[in-house]
Amino acid sequence: MSYIIQGETCDWEVVIGLEVHCQVTSKSKLFSGGSASFGGEPNDHVDLLDAGLPGMLPVVNELAVEQAVRTGLGLKAQINKRSVFSRKNYFYADMPLGYQITQYDQPTVGEGTILLELEGGKTKEVGIERLHLEADAGKSLHDQHPSKTFVDLNRAGVALMEIVSKPDMRTPEEAGAYVRKLRSIVRYLETCDGNMDEGSMRCDVNVSVRPVGADELRTRCEIKNVNSVRFVMQAVEYEAQRHVELYDEGEEPVQETRLFDSGNGTTRSMRSKEHAHDYRYFPEPDLLPVDLTDDYIDNIRKTLPELPDERRERYISDFGLSAIDAGVLVAERENAAYFETVAHGRDAKMAANWVTTNLFGALKKNGKHISESPVSAENLGKLLDLIADNTISGRIAKDVFEEMVENGGDPEKIVEEKGLKQITDTGAIEGILDDIIANNPGQVEQYKGGNDKLIGWFVGQVMKASQGKANPGMVNKLLKDKLSD
Amino acid sequence: MSDLNKLTIADARDGLAKGDFSSVELTESCLASMTASKGLNAFITETPEIALERAKESDERRLGGKAESAMDGVPIAVKDLFCTEGVLTTAASHILDGYTPVYESTVSGNLRNDGAVMLGKANLDEFAMGSANVTSYYGNVINPWKGSDGKDLVPGGSSGGSAAAVAGDLCLAATGTDTGGSIRQPASFCGIVGLKPTYGRCSRWGVVAFASSLDQPGPMTKTVRDAAIMLQSMAGHDSKDSTSAPIDLPDFEAALTGDVKGLKVGIPKEYRVDGMPAEIEALWQKGAEWLKAAGAEIVDISLPHTKYALPVYYIVAPAEASANLARYDGVRYGLRVEGESIDDMYMNTRGEGFGKEVQRRVMIGTYVLSAGYYDAYYLKAQQIRTLIAKDFTDAYEQVDVILTPTAPSAAFPIGENLDDPLAMYLNDVFTVPASMAGLPGISIPAGLSESGLPLGLQLLGKSFDEETVLRVAGVMETAAAFSAKPGQ
Repeated sequence: MSYIIQGETCDWEVVIGLEVHCQVTSKSKLFSGGSASFGGEPNDHVDLLDAGLPGMLPVVNELAVEQAVRTGLGLKAQINKRSVFSRKNYFYADMPLGYQITQYDQPTVGEGTILLELEGGKTKEVGIERLHLEADAGKSLHDQHPSKTFVDLNRAGVALMEIVSKPDMRTPEEAGAYVRKLRSIVRYLETCDGNMDEGSMRCDVNVSVRPVGADELRTRCEIKNVNSVRFVMQAVEYEAQRHVELYDEGEEPVQETRLFDSGNGTTRSMRSKEHAHDYRYFPEPDLLPVDLTDDYIDNIRKTLPELPDERRERYISDFGLSAIDAGVLVAERENAAYFETVAHGRDAKMAANWVTTNLFGALKKNGKHISESPVSAENLGKLLDLIADNTISGRIAKDVFEEMVENGGDPEKIVEEKGLKQITDTGAIEGILDDIIANNPGQVEQYKGGNDKLIGWFVGQVMKASQGKANPGMVNKLLKDKLSD
Repeated sequence: MSDLNKLTIADARDGLAKGDFSSVELTESCLASMTASKGLNAFITETPEIALERAKESDERRLGGKAESAMDGVPIAVKDLFCTEGVLTTAASHILDGYTPVYESTVSGNLRNDGAVMLGKANLDEFAMGSANVTSYYGNVINPWKGSDGKDLVPGGSSGGSAAAVAGDLCLAATGTDTGGSIRQPASFCGIVGLKPTYGRCSRWGVVAFASSLDQPGPMTKTVRDAAIMLQSMAGHDSKDSTSAPIDLPDFEAALTGDVKGLKVGIPKEYRVDGMPAEIEALWQKGAEWLKAAGAEIVDISLPHTKYALPVYYIVAPAEASANLARYDGVRYGLRVEGESIDDMYMNTRGEGFGKEVQRRVMIGTYVLSAGYYDAYYLKAQQIRTLIAKDFTDAYEQVDVILTPTAPSAAFPIGENLDDPLAMYLNDVFTVPASMAGLPGISIPAGLSESGLPLGLQLLGKSFDEETVLRVAGVMETAAAFSAKPGQ
């Protein structure tokens, strides 16, 4: 779906690129033995190097490199056999070394691609420019004291993967889909927990606009620290509109770094190009280049899990699911695992339908994550079995499911205790039918006179009389037989 | 027993082993000498309590038959660039005011574990930036040798306090660090032995960084044998320093066979620089003759990129220093000079905390890394550095070691060259090329100048071949029979 902003002189399209910082799942930091876990008392997780003490040296955390390579492979990207750490120099109170150790012209991972799933089952490929490893900064706390800033170095030195996209996205929806897909991939790979609330995934959004049909890239603005999918989409919308309005007024946006205000969905200037830092990158002399062998890379490749794209294809080809259902199910690893448990040995389409419609609906309504689902995958499977073997009808199953959502529990027991078993005994159903036919001669007359639609009315009466327990198929068949006598 | 402070490490090892004297006696003798020679200003911090305590422990170990090594009980000075647990560590800079590390550098820790007794923290040029020990916040170090007119002379730098302490017999030996000549040049100026090992031989962990790709700790001693003994203790792979070489150590003392027959000694023509005093040229010649007489073969060689080494060094070292010194920002430790904003605080702290030479190098380093200048300076310098290293690689296909003077002059009076940084930088002209290539080098005292001051000769070796360097140095030491002492 195209996203066009109508300006006064022409129509504009939006050009979006994203830089996403993903915290590497690892016990220790990128260059020190300091703990990388979230939280803790301020300055609890600080090693000698993290505090920038004299004479301290960095040593590369090999697991972090492995995680970067794993993520690169998950993004179908080029893995560079030699990568080099560099120093990025600038002063900030929460950056103890006075430089950030990062990768500059030789990152561990080069170009790759990511497949976005968009509305209506459409897809779009977005290019990955690079993935590099870098150390995080600490945190400045400005609200602890009237005139002083406090510094918490717990985060200082934590390993980040900065994943940079190509400027391939054209709509807010695509930008949102990109973040969701990237999060899905790193979660499948277990290289980042993808938790945006805790800041383990943070987005910088680059936005520019250009007249529809133009090839040029115009001046872009970088919006920092946009920390939810919804905010990414809002930031793009606001910023693109701002650019168009500037062009309309005969002005131009200036290249600058802007901050997103989640309170009102706007962006504001943080620093302009004139105040941009000269980072004076140069190769980090305290570290040797990282050299990877083909064997090393292949061994990681061999341990890659099935990724969302492959799983989606499998759901479509093996289970016959629709692209949309398959996409919804694979997006989160835990959802897919839940679905596979329910579908195991059962009708997969039916399982998909129950999971995506009933279960997800109930979870959403209760504001719960699948890991907190009151209905276990095993129990939902049992419920489907009860439908399949005609113990209950689909209608009754919905009631049982509601009971399971409310109070949990085993569907077999619920059906047993509440006496919800379907009536499949021909004699019992015939008894009910006979009563209804006897009590409604007028309707019988009309039906026989050619008003076929009345069959529905008769079915409804029977179901009502049986409290929904009569097998609808049998009711239909027996009714037709009896009425045509 | 008097004058124990004048012993070599090897002598002390033997005397301690025989029970002729104790480490406490040895240490007390050094402490007395330190007191008597306070005027040299060789130490920033003296640690007599720690010294006596460790000496006592050493004596107890020895009584129990558990002496750790040749260094056990040997009193040494530690350059105040090595972080020492619980002991003020200043790098001779105001900006590290009151900084007491909670950790011990790997090298000083190795020595400590081997039983060496730390007498104190030796003075140096601020952040090891200097060639005359005149940039220390804690004042100039005075060379124990005096000029013929009695003027105070510089000890060289940056390890000036270490060199003066060894030359003046305030200690038996000292640690130094060498970035562009900071061990070898002061060794030459003070008439002692100074060994810069191969880059990667000794760990840099816990050594306040000046230029990471060049810094290398090494021993400063009275004899070549002592250098071998002390290096044995200091060196070794350290997983905390990624640039530390993961290779086993040879027995360095065993390399002193006294035999250089058939060895090829290179004489690089490019080291005959304009304006070098004739007496240094003559001493160099003499050195070659000693080795020839001992059976070595003298080979004329060329190191064509030598003339670029000094300018390249003064791009690469300041560039790295400009980043290495960024951590001294007043935020977490050391000096803080408050300001209106954080930027003001940075400027006030660094403006007051760093001396002029340090500020000069931080600015040069910042400049050469800046956008628009990086390619012309830093990148070009790194390319030339590769060529300089290749010069040596080529030369070592022909020869085993290279012989050069250590410095283009003897020690000069304090105050000279102060207004002329370039003249000061020229002190390192012979030491810098091997630093750029990461190669081992040693300076040994080879003779006296006309004015009676010590002059050193330098031997450079192949990468991780300190053994040959020590072996040839040992032969030259014997031939030179340098026995002059300062103040006599």
